Amino acid sequence: MKIFIPTPLRPFAGGQDTVEVTAATVADALAALTAAHADLRKHLFTPEGKLRAFVNLYLNDEDVRYLPEKEATPVTEKDTLTIIPSIAGGRA
Amino acid sequence: MSTLQLSRAVYDTIRAHGESTYPHECCGALLGKQTDNGWQVAASIEAGNTRTDSAHNRYQISPLELMKIERAAREQGLGIAGFYHSHPDHPAQWSVTDFNEAHWLGCSYVITAVEKGKATLTNSFALVGATEESKRFEPEAIEVSG
Repeated sequence: MKIFIPTPLRPFAGGQDTVEVTAATVADALAALTAAHADLRKHLFTPEGKLRAFVNLYLNDEDVRYLPEKEATPVTEKDTLTIIPSIAGGRA
Repeated sequence: MSTLQLSRAVYDTIRAHGESTYPHECCGALLGKQTDNGWQVAASIEAGNTRTDSAHNRYQISPLELMKIERAAREQGLGIAGFYHSHPDHPAQWSVTDFNEAHWLGCSYVITAVEKGKATLTNSFALVGATEESKRFEPEAIEVSG
């Protein structure tokens, strides 16, 4: 399956905007991604191994955090996973 | 100091966006290509501010909309150079909230002060650092051409 890498993380994925992995679940896909590109790990996960709160994952067009099985959701080779860091702010 | 390169058209457009949403904060994305010393912006895309509960001093772009923006950029051979938003009746300076919510390392964050409905100063800040824990904003020059 394809994983789409957001602009700021591409330097840590060999400059690629898309990485192909073989995986059975969303979690497996992330594990395969960080196994191939170890520098990505600290940007995606806390030192305790949890997905950083500002990292949004979309399986096709669905937010993974709202899927019943979350990161245990099975995936197929035709699925795509998109990594999108949050963007927010304000004057106060 | 890095430099954010913008065309006059993009510069005027993002400032006008802030005027059009006043007294609420506007927000959007900048698409472009990296240079040796920053980003060259090719286009801007307006985004919706999902903080309808506090739009006068907060903004947020939905991840789904961001995903579509990133996809559009990828199809054009561009990257997301950064983001812009406005500060109604407030300086064009990043706030603690802006900093805490900034996670796009290597990208530019552009802020326009909109005073009584008119855009005044526009500043840009590069989010630098190797990790979320070491990130910091550094002011950068804005070069407007055309």
